[in-house]
Amino acid sequence: MSSIGTGYDLSASQFSPDGRVFQVEYAAKAVESSGSIIAIRCKDGVVIGVEKILSSRLHEKSSNQKIYNVDRHVGMGFAGIQADGRKVVSIARDEASEYRQNYGSDVPLKQLVNRVASYIHAYTLYSSVRPFGVSAVLASYSEAYGPELYMIEPSGLYWGYRACAAGKAKQAVKTELEKIKANDMTCEEIVKEIARIIYVVHDEIKDKLFELELSWVCKATNGEHQLVPADIASEAIRLAKHAMEEDLDDDD
Amino acid sequence: MAVNLITNSNDTAFSDSSPDWLNSEVMTGTTIMAVEYDGGVVIGADSRTTSGSYVVNRVTDKLTRISDSIYCCRSGSAADTQAIADIVAYSLNFHKMELDEEPLVETASSIFRDMCYRYRDSMVAGIICAGWDCFKGGQVYVIPLGGMCVRRPFTIGGSGSTYIYGYCDAHYKPNMSKNECLDFVKQAVALAMSRDGSSGGVIRLASIDKDGINRTIISGDKLPTFYDG
Repeated sequence: MSSIGTGYDLSASQFSPDGRVFQVEYAAKAVESSGSIIAIRCKDGVVIGVEKILSSRLHEKSSNQKIYNVDRHVGMGFAGIQADGRKVVSIARDEASEYRQNYGSDVPLKQLVNRVASYIHAYTLYSSVRPFGVSAVLASYSEAYGPELYMIEPSGLYWGYRACAAGKAKQAVKTELEKIKANDMTCEEIVKEIARIIYVVHDEIKDKLFELELSWVCKATNGEHQLVPADIASEAIRLAKHAMEEDLDDDD
Repeated sequence: MAVNLITNSNDTAFSDSSPDWLNSEVMTGTTIMAVEYDGGVVIGADSRTTSGSYVVNRVTDKLTRISDSIYCCRSGSAADTQAIADIVAYSLNFHKMELDEEPLVETASSIFRDMCYRYRDSMVAGIICAGWDCFKGGQVYVIPLGGMCVRRPFTIGGSGSTYIYGYCDAHYKPNMSKNECLDFVKQAVALAMSRDGSSGGVIRLASIDKDGINRTIISGDKLPTFYDG
């Protein structure tokens, strides 16, 4: 860490003399130590991919998901502390269902993100609580609004994105993302890109075991958020591994 | 749909010595109507508000604004429907600020349904919610007495509507132009007003499209006339 808190980092409700809230910055550090998440908005939908690092061979394969359904038309993926992420998912689900109860239609993603971000932000204001160690990516596709993608940071700040990344390989992923012309590509193509990037940035030495979670919400799924079908996902993974091997051959 | 509205009062003019309007609830014993067309909706209503047999107001405006491009037609208790319309307009305006976009007709109707269903045992309110939004264009939703909500290509409501079901079924055609819709509503409401004692006065007509509302009034002496034997 470039600077130390020197006593100003014990509470989320206190600024440091130079105007920082260290607890929030530490939460961001927690995100940076987790597996990477990538989300890309393309012309017909949004694809989310998460590098789920497995800390033990004994874990069941599908346990501790990093991508969840929030509503029929909204998916959420996150990087950071698993338990914090599950809480954020639960908040988002409650907000989506409350909106449906009140207004009788799908919650617009902009509205949902605003609510969830406000909640996360509230956890950066009080000494009695700890900020969420999570960067949450929310994606949806609807006839009315088209594909939408947002990411909320532990501070409660959020942006709309064409493509976003968080987690340990964030920087490397961002360089890859800038090369992709996502606006002209379909979800099927983007799935392969995300698989490729995750395999490229994955640190084989430090984190041996990992699982790639892929989900999408697009025209083809009728605006429904769901996991990418196993055959498409495994084909993307096969291509990603193949590309890695070719790179290695080139290096030789 | 709302036949019982005008006989709802607990005493009648025939059996009691006091005039019925002293004890009757103020009702918009009404004819209201809305029709969807490609690009908007046409809404229409008579203008009579009664308390028993007494006409409390002969130039009532039953086309009530909810947002710039969403209106409702009110029938039933004047007090209940005004109160609901106010509440829905307020919460829709709040929603609009929160959303930073024009609200959907579907959303407005959903709030109406919520109110009408929740208080169905203590209210008499038959509402047509109609308007335009950029996603689904012109839309008509009916929220009748029990608090149901359903979208229809056209609908009629209020005590006067019972007299014109046949006329409307016979003369409604899908894909009518705006002018055809205006004429359809004008004829139908005029027919209802001539037969229904609780409907009358002027016809208030309006069309709502992407540019907002356009209102017209057909005064009592300009109403279309029919056989009235």
